[in-house]
Amino acid sequence: MSSSTPFSSPVFGGARCFVKVRGFLPALPALILLFCFFLFPVVRMLGFSVEAGTLDWYAKALGEGLYLEVFWNTFEIAMIVTAVCLLLGYPVGFLIATTTPGWATLGFIFVLLPLWTSVLVRTYAWMVLLGRNGVFNRWLIDIGLVSDPLPLLNNFSGVLIGMVHVLLPYMVLPIYGAVRRLDPALVSAAQGLGASSWRVFWRVYLPLTAPGIFAGATIVFVLSLGFFITPALLGGGKVMMLAVLIEQQIHQTLNWPFAAALSAVLLALTVGVYSLAQLFTRQEARS
Amino acid sequence: MSRRLLVVLCAAIYTFLMLPLVVVFPISFSSALYMQFPPPGFSLQWYERYLDDPQWIDATVRSLYIGGATAVLALALGVPLAFSLARGRFAGRLLVDRIALAPLVVPTIILSVGLYGLFAKLKLIGEWYGLVAAHTVLALPFVVLVTVAGLRDFDRALEQAAEGLGAGRVQTLLRVTLPLLRPSLVSAGLLAFISSFDELVVALFLAGPNMTLPKKMFDNIMMEIDPTIAAVSVMQILLVSIVLVLIGRFGRGLQGSAR
Repeated sequence: MSSSTPFSSPVFGGARCFVKVRGFLPALPALILLFCFFLFPVVRMLGFSVEAGTLDWYAKALGEGLYLEVFWNTFEIAMIVTAVCLLLGYPVGFLIATTTPGWATLGFIFVLLPLWTSVLVRTYAWMVLLGRNGVFNRWLIDIGLVSDPLPLLNNFSGVLIGMVHVLLPYMVLPIYGAVRRLDPALVSAAQGLGASSWRVFWRVYLPLTAPGIFAGATIVFVLSLGFFITPALLGGGKVMMLAVLIEQQIHQTLNWPFAAALSAVLLALTVGVYSLAQLFTRQEARS
Repeated sequence: MSRRLLVVLCAAIYTFLMLPLVVVFPISFSSALYMQFPPPGFSLQWYERYLDDPQWIDATVRSLYIGGATAVLALALGVPLAFSLARGRFAGRLLVDRIALAPLVVPTIILSVGLYGLFAKLKLIGEWYGLVAAHTVLALPFVVLVTVAGLRDFDRALEQAAEGLGAGRVQTLLRVTLPLLRPSLVSAGLLAFISSFDELVVALFLAGPNMTLPKKMFDNIMMEIDPTIAAVSVMQILLVSIVLVLIGRFGRGLQGSAR
């Protein structure tokens, strides 16, 4: 921490000095809070998993078929949710980025309003919509499309619909950013050279907005892995995801060491996927 | 041609996004005793039931002050942290950045279980300030992201001008820097409040018998779905709308606030 830079003039040197020498101090109170209420409790809890001095709990988590299935379920749901969010998020992000400012504001409001509405409110609303006597099933029966209500809730499809709804805005926003950053001259050039709109999309937009797609997919996938509220409420106990399993181990079986081992694996998966994505992004940027 | 297709497709996706928010409105005004759609008639019975139930009111009041305290604490800690990250040049700045944003990536269930173990030992379960501390951890990344973005667009010549004209450091901070940052601070504070007001997973573990609004809603959904929840949901959606309007009006652009 030196106190002079080539740019510091004698007049403003004082201000620069203040920032350089004590630039760390303002961060300290927040770091103390993060240590006491984030890092320490999490590390302490993860420690329970190896308290006995063996890795038995990890062997149970990763070795028994029942739990392996939960891992696989979680992974599968996260993959599908990410894919669906991408398919639905790209058009919306693209439209907001390429429309007039007025429509863009409106488009943003209708993405941000669901994003900031309580997940519980939305989950409840899906129960109302998808239930056996819910709005959808009533409507389908009324128009004579089906004779018996479709099982849309308390199963895989209910969880998927609910999760896609919660995570879609996280996909839209980075894709919007990527399309906005794209130089419109490239699109004009492609069109001027006679490319059709589909060709412009496949050859110009898609490759150049790939970083946005990747960023959105990463955040949606990582958030899916640790999802709790939606699978707990819309899965009806039939769709077991990692976070739900961890909660059960604490609240029902009181098996702290096993919950800790499961948490450690979930954390490793999350941080692993996230770091890999970051590494990949940085390499992309360099090449 | 393909543009029209895109608009139609997006209209369908927006319907999917907004449908759950819209559907609770008619249900909350339903005169039926059970969930029925479309509602057979209009009544305010579910709002009355909410207002007459001290449990609901208690939970709402508790969530409001926990949210308020979280916003204040997250701003008090997060804004200096953002200054540090945006302007400081100390060793380990990148590490501090990672730690500050980590609560966004680490699954909330892990934080909740960790704090549950610690708080049970310290007898902090059910204490409102314990929940405030936990919610502040979750709100800090929002405050840091929004404030750092604000500082990045900041014209430092204005600060230098103030100091050149003889203002002290504190005076410059209070009279120039913070007023210019106000839109970012408004957004950051409101986002911190909403993130706490809506938070369920941590509250599920740490609130104990003292319900927050989301926990009360969760318990109700688990036990019996009656349209009181629809009434509460409508009020929630209106509150979020008001906050978004406030951010749009006094805060830093909606776009910046979400990332």
